[in-house]
Amino acid sequence: MTVRAGKPSPVVARRLGAAGKYASLIVASAIVLVPLIVVLFAAFKTRTEYSTTGPLTPPRDWFNLDNFATAWSKGHMLRGFWNTTVILVISLTGTVFVGTLAAYAISRFSFALKRVVLGLFLVAALVPGVTTQVATYQIVKSMDLVNTPWAAIVLFLGTDIVSIYIFIQFMASIPRSLDEAAVIDGAGRFTVYRRIILPLMRPAIATVVIIKGIAIYNEFYIPFLYLRSPDLNVISTALFRFKGPYGAQWETIAACTMIVILPTVVVFLLLQRFIYNGVTAGATK
Amino acid sequence: MTALLDRRPTTVKGPVPVRRTRRIPKHWLYLAPALILLITFTYVPVGNMVWYSFHKWDGLDPVMDPVGWDNYVRVFTDERYWHVFLISLYYFVASFAQIAIALYFAVVLSFSTRFRNLFKGILFFPYLLNGVAVGFVFLYLFQPGGTLDSVLSAVGLGDQARLWLGDPDIANISLAGTSVWRFTGLSFVLFLGAIQSIPNEIYEAADLDGANRWHQFRYIIAPGIRRIISLSFILAISGSLAVFEIPFIMTGGANGTRTFVIQAYETAFQFRQIGLASAMAVVLLLIVLLITWIQRRLIPDDEVSLS
Repeated sequence: MTVRAGKPSPVVARRLGAAGKYASLIVASAIVLVPLIVVLFAAFKTRTEYSTTGPLTPPRDWFNLDNFATAWSKGHMLRGFWNTTVILVISLTGTVFVGTLAAYAISRFSFALKRVVLGLFLVAALVPGVTTQVATYQIVKSMDLVNTPWAAIVLFLGTDIVSIYIFIQFMASIPRSLDEAAVIDGAGRFTVYRRIILPLMRPAIATVVIIKGIAIYNEFYIPFLYLRSPDLNVISTALFRFKGPYGAQWETIAACTMIVILPTVVVFLLLQRFIYNGVTAGATK
Repeated sequence: MTALLDRRPTTVKGPVPVRRTRRIPKHWLYLAPALILLITFTYVPVGNMVWYSFHKWDGLDPVMDPVGWDNYVRVFTDERYWHVFLISLYYFVASFAQIAIALYFAVVLSFSTRFRNLFKGILFFPYLLNGVAVGFVFLYLFQPGGTLDSVLSAVGLGDQARLWLGDPDIANISLAGTSVWRFTGLSFVLFLGAIQSIPNEIYEAADLDGANRWHQFRYIIAPGIRRIISLSFILAISGSLAVFEIPFIMTGGANGTRTFVIQAYETAFQFRQIGLASAMAVVLLLIVLLITWIQRRLIPDDEVSLS
């Protein structure tokens, strides 16, 4: 974006304006970062160091990884990451296929009840998931899925309307002439989907995988409600339940919190552009 | 399924597809997985919920006692149930702060700024964090002698320290503040995206006409992002009614911080009053739908043309 100098104004006023702007940005950055940094400090402190120093004091030894080791093993974080990964991979694969197939039907076929189907998806997007859990729980229970990873998987698959929107919108930008050319060459509708639509959908699939992946990684309520057994702890519930027995040992809880945050930092640094686009696409629908 | 769908007859050579002769139209096969999931996990629960709400049921007993409107009467008359609605007000007021802060930084960063991407990343980042992790970071911040108290005494305001989460008078404000910290980044990125989608030539033309920054904001930016701002307010209302994670993780609803969803959760899963909890959920759902309907009437958005 180009520099917009605006109307020439006295140099002093402009300097002051710029100073105010940067001051506000720095204050806001501090408000975002300080709460996180002090937790990082605490994660490197020993028991005695933690109880004798204030939260704003940096740790004496930046290589003291004892708390991380304790948190990793006592919090069973490996199991948490494993469970999260399994649920993540199956849910995302399912979402991509279920979502693109539905979007393909809606955007490439014309049929009588299309508006009704669209309306069903549209209204469902307005139903806040947390409110219906009372009744959803009974359904999941009647399917005997409570306390199995499938409870989380089917709910992540079944309550996902935003992904279908993203797919429909993207599909609208793929020229129909490509489909028609393939049909003239003798391809069936499913072949068109698999050989033409799906490969061209890659950017939309990437967007959905990223935003939904982050949402599943962060999800707390569904695993908390449906995956009660400690063996099924995902990252969120592992961290939540870790606090019980370690309630007063903040240096270990801090380490465990940092273990959960670290993958998010890495993903954010690597995929910034996609994340901004995906979040914008997902939230405005 | 692949085999089923691939069994396309070779009669496709003709210009008009012969789809009409087939029994189940193909589009229903493509739609089936999504529709079955949607109906099973959204529409059936909503229907059941309405049904439960007129009954007294513990979730296990094969028999449900019909009780008419009793559950609804209780939601609106028993203080324990309607009081939790008022807690939403804290979060609702906080969301105004959130929108204002987000708007300010979106405007500031839409003009050229040093380290623009760094600031953008920092402001947005909290939104991506795990809710439990955010809860713990702020438990640490608010605990006595914690981050907040230390920062206050470092700047000479040590006597302002108090029980941020233990005092019922301020616990909700602390939690609402946490919520602002967590979600401002989302509003900010949405506003920034909307501002940046305004074509650059408009600013250049305004510059030529001698418009200053305030004029640019008032006459170019503000109209350009009106839609996303109104959408944010609607999301703020339904969001503040459905607050769950932050208070549940940080205080468990103690010290007067129990929100509507926490109350519904406890009613259903701890006290096993499924009927009453369903009535609460139905009330919440109706409010959210009503608000959305009002929004659609006030701001007819032409961008939701999907077909």
